[in-house]
Amino acid sequence: MSATHAAHGHHDDHGPAKGIARWLTTTNHKDIGTMYLVFSLVMFLIGGAMALVIRAELFMPGMQLVDPGFFNTMTTVHALIMVFGAVMPATVGLANWMIPLQIGAPDMALPRMNNFSFWLLVAAFSLLILSLFMPGGGPAAGWTLYPPLVLQTGDALPLAIFAIHLAGASSIMGSINIIVTIMNLRAPGMTLLKMPLFVWTWLITAYLLIAVMPVFAGAVTMLLTDHFFKTTFFTAAGGGDPVLYQHIFWFFGHPEVYIMILPAFGIVSEIIPTFSRKPLFGYDSMVYATASIAFLSFIVWAHHMFTVGMPLAGEMFFMLSTMLIAVPTGVKVFNWTATMWKGSLSFEPPMLFALAFLFLFTIGGFSGLMMAIAPVDFQYHDTYFIVAHFHYVLVPGAVFAIMAGVYFWLPKWTGHMYDMKLAKLHFWLSAIFVNVLFFPQHFLGLAGMPRRIPDYSTQFADWNMVSSIGAFGFGLSQLLFVYIVWNCARGGAKATQHVWDDARTVSLEWTVPSPAPYHTFEEAPVVK
Amino acid sequence: MKLVKRVLAAGSVLLLGTTPAMAAWTDLNLRVGVTPISREIYGLHMLILWICVAIAVAVFGVMIYSIATFRKSKGAVPATFDHSTKAEIIWTVIPVLILVGMAIPAARALVKIDDTRGSELTVKATGYQWKWQYEYVDQGVSFFSTLARSSDVARQLDSGIPARSVENYLLEVDNPLVVPQGRKVRVLVTANDVIHSWWVPDFGLKKDAIPGYINELWFLAEKPGTYRGQCVELCGRDHGFMPVVVVVKPAEEFDAWLAQQKAARQAASAPAARTAQLAPTVDQPASLRVANAE
Repeated sequence: MSATHAAHGHHDDHGPAKGIARWLTTTNHKDIGTMYLVFSLVMFLIGGAMALVIRAELFMPGMQLVDPGFFNTMTTVHALIMVFGAVMPATVGLANWMIPLQIGAPDMALPRMNNFSFWLLVAAFSLLILSLFMPGGGPAAGWTLYPPLVLQTGDALPLAIFAIHLAGASSIMGSINIIVTIMNLRAPGMTLLKMPLFVWTWLITAYLLIAVMPVFAGAVTMLLTDHFFKTTFFTAAGGGDPVLYQHIFWFFGHPEVYIMILPAFGIVSEIIPTFSRKPLFGYDSMVYATASIAFLSFIVWAHHMFTVGMPLAGEMFFMLSTMLIAVPTGVKVFNWTATMWKGSLSFEPPMLFALAFLFLFTIGGFSGLMMAIAPVDFQYHDTYFIVAHFHYVLVPGAVFAIMAGVYFWLPKWTGHMYDMKLAKLHFWLSAIFVNVLFFPQHFLGLAGMPRRIPDYSTQFADWNMVSSIGAFGFGLSQLLFVYIVWNCARGGAKATQHVWDDARTVSLEWTVPSPAPYHTFEEAPVVK
Repeated sequence: MKLVKRVLAAGSVLLLGTTPAMAAWTDLNLRVGVTPISREIYGLHMLILWICVAIAVAVFGVMIYSIATFRKSKGAVPATFDHSTKAEIIWTVIPVLILVGMAIPAARALVKIDDTRGSELTVKATGYQWKWQYEYVDQGVSFFSTLARSSDVARQLDSGIPARSVENYLLEVDNPLVVPQGRKVRVLVTANDVIHSWWVPDFGLKKDAIPGYINELWFLAEKPGTYRGQCVELCGRDHGFMPVVVVVKPAEEFDAWLAQQKAARQAASAPAARTAQLAPTVDQPASLRVANAE
């Protein structure tokens, strides 16, 4: 603990500790939020570089750049980094920054654990990246780590599994912290149904995380014992069952998908009303829809496994339950649309990203609905159609929403406005290239190109080339984002307290000055 | 940087417009295929695609209209309403009805796909890293099917052989699976090391090949020809290099082919024939009843 914190509780506006000690020992939710966000950005760039290795190899048919084994490592580690290192920590960072500000709390409820959960994440990803340099190469069995293939991994296996354990522990701690904070530290008068939607979506996400991360940890631990201690949980030769792993994995994996997208829903639900100058349409139904999606996420997992040879009744059940998800998701899209209806819209960068989210996430939703239909999924499964689908919901879905959130709250964090022109340029480059990158992958999948292959038959050459061009365009555009954020952190036009002139100040973060002081709401505000 | 140079080289190829004929631009949609099931799946795919397109036109239409009309720059004054129970009930109930409409034909197709009864030929496909073994169950004919030599040479890193110069690059094997036209063929799918997946797009189905499990699928090919697919479950380093090629022959031609294969195997010395036998699968869970019933 730094000395400054020992002197806590007085009116003097003491700031952070000096130098590196501030970041290592901080218990301040804003510092930790910033660290999460910076960490996630670094991971986004590393994972993105891996994606560019993949797209460079796939630029033309034939093997030009990498060994097929290394290609598999790239697809595997790209996914692990993007899921657990980029998207999840980014939403946790936003939660750290914004939940206390939005509910009028002075900090997170468990600040020391908050610090620990962040630094665990750094340890986790150091291990994962280290695993790339182990004898036998990095993990190469796909991010789903299916046995028996994953058991063929060399020395990278234990490192990757411990990385998952640590990242999982970090997520669980973060989730406990978020739940305890929301349940205990709300300002007087803020009933649950007065909480901003971002807080609501994170509350539900945190419960999902606590429910499924231990399941995943259990599954990978069984892999570990299968590999080192002669158990045969997943080895048919010893009486085990490789499909059991898939059931356990996807029981975690499907809620995991919503862990990434629900906070994104929350962010978008904050931004669209602000720039429509109109209250969010159907607040209550938004909350119920989020809860329904979370519930459904637990009973649809085997739609990832339609080709695994399930009994007819199983396929029928998972097809129908999956189709049901379209209903609450549809409610959300309709509510956002209705929020804009008869509003007074303006198009600052956060709104542009939120609108792109609205259109492109919906496209990902449509392909998701198509894949829910089990007989047709027998064709789509494990092709580029799937790759297109989940990148649509994760990149212009989750990632765009996170960027919208950053552009929305950055002035509140730094006290500076960023370069609007550059941010709009960043938006247009991202929005165009993301479609050049991922839309052709629908065609590739339908034409029959399997996913996770380093080389392909020549009939797939043209759209792969287009997709790769889009990838490089999209990847390079993100350097602009780094520049804009960096510049804004260093200086720029002073941001007002409300930041967005017309921002409706219903949510409490707009009642504190910009930049938000190191300590806020030391005396709880009263919510009417 | 070697990598950078290669990317630049590849980029210049594109910019100079020296890319070969763009024949594949037309491959935008699912293939109709050559079996009753593949046609039914295609029909379902198109049905749902068009439903999605119709919903998209409506929803995106409202969004685009809102974006174009209710602009602050045009002096739009925001309304204050924040909910409408009637609207919310409507846009909950209508999607449910649409889903029911989709679920009925989908469930029907699923039942049909699941029904492997009455097949006239059973072939067992076993996945290995990285090849397929095909066994004509109870016929004493079995062989391995691996990536054709021409593709295998060309696909090596820096082989110097352009992929486009190889016919059916990566989709050609030494010994294709041969099946009869117009007969219901059942494929038992399993694997001997890691999980693979057997897929021929033109037959409409894929099934995972899992060690310790015997999965089944069936097809009835209506047109003779050569149909190409690939392993679609990540199975290690050479996952991209174990194609599935099936030759559909008219029934009489197929019978002649099978008889000839059998004769050839009998003519070969007994020890050789024994090695061609399939190794027993490692483990016998309940799903093996399928094979025993044969």
